[in-house]
Amino acid sequence: MKIALNITKTIQDLLLGFMPEGTASILAMVIIALIYLAIFSVAGLMLVLVERKVAAWFQLRIGPNRVGPWGLLQTMADALKLVSKELTGTVKADMFLYNLAPYFVIVSSLMALAVFPFTQEFQAFDINIGIFFLIAISSIGVIGILLGGYASNNKFALIGAMRSGVQTISYELSVGLSLLTMILITGSLQLSEIVEVQKNGWLIVQGHIPAVIAFMIYMIAGTAETNRAPFDMVEAESELGAGFHTEYSGMKFAYFFLAEFINMFIIAAVAATVFFGGWLSPFGITDSIPWLGVFWFLGKTFALVFLMMWFRWTFPRLRVDQLLTLEWKYLLPLNLLNIVLMALIVWLGLTIQL
Amino acid sequence: MGSEAIIVFLLAGIVLVAGANFLSNLISHKSDNPQKREPYESGMTTIGPTWVQFKVGYYLFAILFLIFDVEVAFLIPWAVVFKDVGAVAFIEILVFLVILGLGLLYAWKKGALKWE
Repeated sequence: MKIALNITKTIQDLLLGFMPEGTASILAMVIIALIYLAIFSVAGLMLVLVERKVAAWFQLRIGPNRVGPWGLLQTMADALKLVSKELTGTVKADMFLYNLAPYFVIVSSLMALAVFPFTQEFQAFDINIGIFFLIAISSIGVIGILLGGYASNNKFALIGAMRSGVQTISYELSVGLSLLTMILITGSLQLSEIVEVQKNGWLIVQGHIPAVIAFMIYMIAGTAETNRAPFDMVEAESELGAGFHTEYSGMKFAYFFLAEFINMFIIAAVAATVFFGGWLSPFGITDSIPWLGVFWFLGKTFALVFLMMWFRWTFPRLRVDQLLTLEWKYLLPLNLLNIVLMALIVWLGLTIQL
Repeated sequence: MGSEAIIVFLLAGIVLVAGANFLSNLISHKSDNPQKREPYESGMTTIGPTWVQFKVGYYLFAILFLIFDVEVAFLIPWAVVFKDVGAVAFIEILVFLVILGLGLLYAWKKGALKWE
């Protein structure tokens, strides 16, 4: 069985059959944008449902089970409800910045989604500086949060936004440095090439000890960067109401909520691609059927998403000073040492090649 | 898709937000009164302005972040070519990281990483 997976080329060839070249390429772009918007919203809605179900299982509850079979349509109903709510806010807000903030968070997470190789050739944008692009794009999201919190003219929102700012920029360093550790092995920033390198064994196996350390640092820092529990002082309900989106209602609130879950997906997807071989199957068992790569990629990603949800129900929330101590006094020096260790291993050729 | 993908995805994001806002404005039920437009503070009336001078500790961490983020930007090209260059690259980066480590140590001893 063979399904054409190079979406850009397939769509363009199909359209070229019955229209001029210029129109065809523009229409192809629109179709790809629509496909990714669909992936974006379906993934977001599904992750919200998964989060609620997992939370329920951890607490021996059933979770949402009324709308649709096993409650599968629950988040769809929630989204419909949020669309039909009035977009209200405070009159004191700085209206221009207040309305601008959701654009930043949505655009940054949508653009990050574009560079992932879901499987061989199923990739909208195979940029040659993929990892660098991801690090850069993910730091734009925090601008949206800071803008939203500041422009709301609400004390809870401002405190939440400032906490988010200091937390996200601090942990961004660890995310960047731990991914950098793995780049030492691959020698390339392009995501499709990073997956290609892992045909000789996933990077977490190839890099053994420093790779495992880098993975652990990456998961801690990734959880903190997406402002999830146990690092969620940004929206600590008991202290700050809803944190930086206290003044946002209806659909505008939904953007922040959606972007938060998509960011979680992105963090897990980067980890799956860089450490666990992306769409490659374990030991190449399904190499003959290329489209199964989507299954492996999503499987690895959701396993890591589940890990992040597990963190949430295992660890109590940290204080802001404990959080900064963890990053600046433990993770950052450890990360610098880890880079030297990895460089030594790559230099002496001690990586494990299967 | 080539680098035009950046523009396409930027526009897609803007269309998503603007479109959903428009749809929401179209179908939502609207009502208004002065209390509804007050800033939310758990039922209390807000006292004093919100846009005040904020705790300086946050900005201190922002400055430290700037130094180390530039460091990451410097390290990325090094990491890409490391395999081909070998020993020279290793010794050079050791010097680079030791200087940066001393910088972190200095900030640590000066109490810049303390939160009070």
